[in-house]
Amino acid sequence: MAAGAPIPVIRIEDLTRVYQMGEVEVRALDGISLSITPGEFVAVMGPSGSGKSTFMNIVGCLDRPTAGRYFLDGVDVSSLNRDERAEIRNGKIGFVFQSFNLLARTSALENVELPLIYSSNGHSSRERVEKALRCLDAVGLAGREGHLPSQLSGGQQQRVAIARALINEPKLMLADEPTGNLDTKTSEEVMAVFQKLNEEGKTVVLITHEQDIAEFARRVVVFRDGKVVEDRPVTNQRRASFAASEAGHA
Amino acid sequence: MLKFLTILKVGMKAIARNKMRSTLTALGIIIGVACVIAMIAVGGGAQAAVQAQINSLGSNFLMIFPGVATQSGARIFTGQSTITEDDVAAVKSECPSVAYVSPSVRSAGQIVGGTGNWGTSVQGVGVEWPFVRSWNVEKGAFFGDSEVRSGAKVAILGSTVANALFPDGNAVDQMIRIKNIPFKVVGVLETKGGSTMGQDQDDTIIAPYTTVMKLLKRTVKIDMFMASAVSRDAVGEAQTEIEALLRQRHRIQPGQDSDFMIRSQQEIAQTADQTSRQMSALLAAIASISLLVGGIGIMNIMLVSVTERTREIGIRMAIGAKGRDILTQFLIEALALSIAGGAIGIALGVGTSRFLAWKQRWPIVLSPTAILLAFGFSAAIGIFFGFYPAQKASRLDPIEALRYE
Repeated sequence: MAAGAPIPVIRIEDLTRVYQMGEVEVRALDGISLSITPGEFVAVMGPSGSGKSTFMNIVGCLDRPTAGRYFLDGVDVSSLNRDERAEIRNGKIGFVFQSFNLLARTSALENVELPLIYSSNGHSSRERVEKALRCLDAVGLAGREGHLPSQLSGGQQQRVAIARALINEPKLMLADEPTGNLDTKTSEEVMAVFQKLNEEGKTVVLITHEQDIAEFARRVVVFRDGKVVEDRPVTNQRRASFAASEAGHA
Repeated sequence: MLKFLTILKVGMKAIARNKMRSTLTALGIIIGVACVIAMIAVGGGAQAAVQAQINSLGSNFLMIFPGVATQSGARIFTGQSTITEDDVAAVKSECPSVAYVSPSVRSAGQIVGGTGNWGTSVQGVGVEWPFVRSWNVEKGAFFGDSEVRSGAKVAILGSTVANALFPDGNAVDQMIRIKNIPFKVVGVLETKGGSTMGQDQDDTIIAPYTTVMKLLKRTVKIDMFMASAVSRDAVGEAQTEIEALLRQRHRIQPGQDSDFMIRSQQEIAQTADQTSRQMSALLAAIASISLLVGGIGIMNIMLVSVTERTREIGIRMAIGAKGRDILTQFLIEALALSIAGGAIGIALGVGTSRFLAWKQRWPIVLSPTAILLAFGFSAAIGIFFGFYPAQKASRLDPIEALRYE
């Protein structure tokens, strides 16, 4: 790596993931190579079965590749064990899921501070609360820290999930169909948050199968049959209106 | 450490969030521990009551009854007491394991004196009787050798008799009439309570045996005699020595049955003690089973809870919880439930025991050992039965767990 050039957040070399389904071998990822630099906003697209979920699991350190190498923030994480991967997930990756995956009967604040509990550098409960409040503020949910997920709208729940993903200041925000359970207006709200975070310098990888959601990103990677078939910049990035976002929690 | 404390808090919160489930889980342990404590208290109380009654008689106490001579399998009633005062004196002087002896002559009669009239038993005994029975005089003094030799008309009242005839408490130095013969009250015995058979031992009058033989019973033979061994352990030896001595004195050939019987308080006591011991062991066993069932209840609910919370586990793992963090959390939950259940169970068990003691007048003994043991056991059950579900939770695959609906 030449001096001055930024270390890619994600560098994937010839990544392969094979599932053994009984007698049949399924090549979910078939030798893909990819590099994502800091500050990028990448939408990963593809039909179901294209390998994008497998890609997301490996990039998110939930799964390990069968072959190939994966460098996250310059560190080879392709052969880490369970506990080491848990540490990477905790410190370097912020997950946002389609179904929000907030803990029920647990306040927004407690949901947001959850990753800090498992963090290897200890935080006092006051530090945790302060950080969590700051993250809730960043997604426009100041004042909602005491609400339970059931008391929040879908868009608000997803923003709580984004705040949770932010709390450990991850190198990579990994969003798996974050708008899949939301209507168009709320989707735009959530995308506005991602765009804002990206403009503040966060690297965001977004997995979606919706073309119009992908247009909020700045680069689109398309998967098909376990291979990258298209990798292009978005020429005309859609701007998610913050007005929609403000209206969402007004 | 900080992380452990935080996970501890997480576990506590999980318990608090599911109050119904947590209560039901702990209920098994609560009932189990309460049962164990109450049952051990009741069983221990019964045992202590038996022991107290035994001790009230003196645990090294022997009774030697004149018996029937059995010859060639035929019982022959001699119609005469085979035990003499000389036998008693010989036992006292020649048996090293015997500490005290007292002849005994029983009579009964109507007592007149003080405020009224009281029918009771009169026991004629020797001067060593208070030591033999470990039963002391509370007021006044016991009679001495000279009163026995002269057949003095002196009496010691049992506390029941004393209360009946002299309710104001100054029985000593008063005169009473036993079967119309005047006696001087020289002492009042301390209260002894009921016997193993349930009789009121305090409803009696004690007088020198010579007096009872001569004036009340008009006989020259004693009914029986009592002896006490030098120690609790020497009871068996004392029994053997008395038996050998009396057989020799009565010229009984080897192989022939004795013409007297020796009964030790220990024989009676051991039977009663054994019965109550078996009873409390049985009670404790039943209670332990309920504790075990409570533990299985914890495991059952924890297993269901792991399945039910698969997604939660998946979320926690996705955001960085390690297997052992999940294991710790679930173990803490199981442990907290069983410890809380144990604590409530102790309160409930102690309460139940107290209630039984108060309402049913059952004797209870709350042993701190039993309480600590039940508590420790409930915590152990929490760990033991919580471990498998916790381990199961910690080994979930985060991808699968996240997909779980």
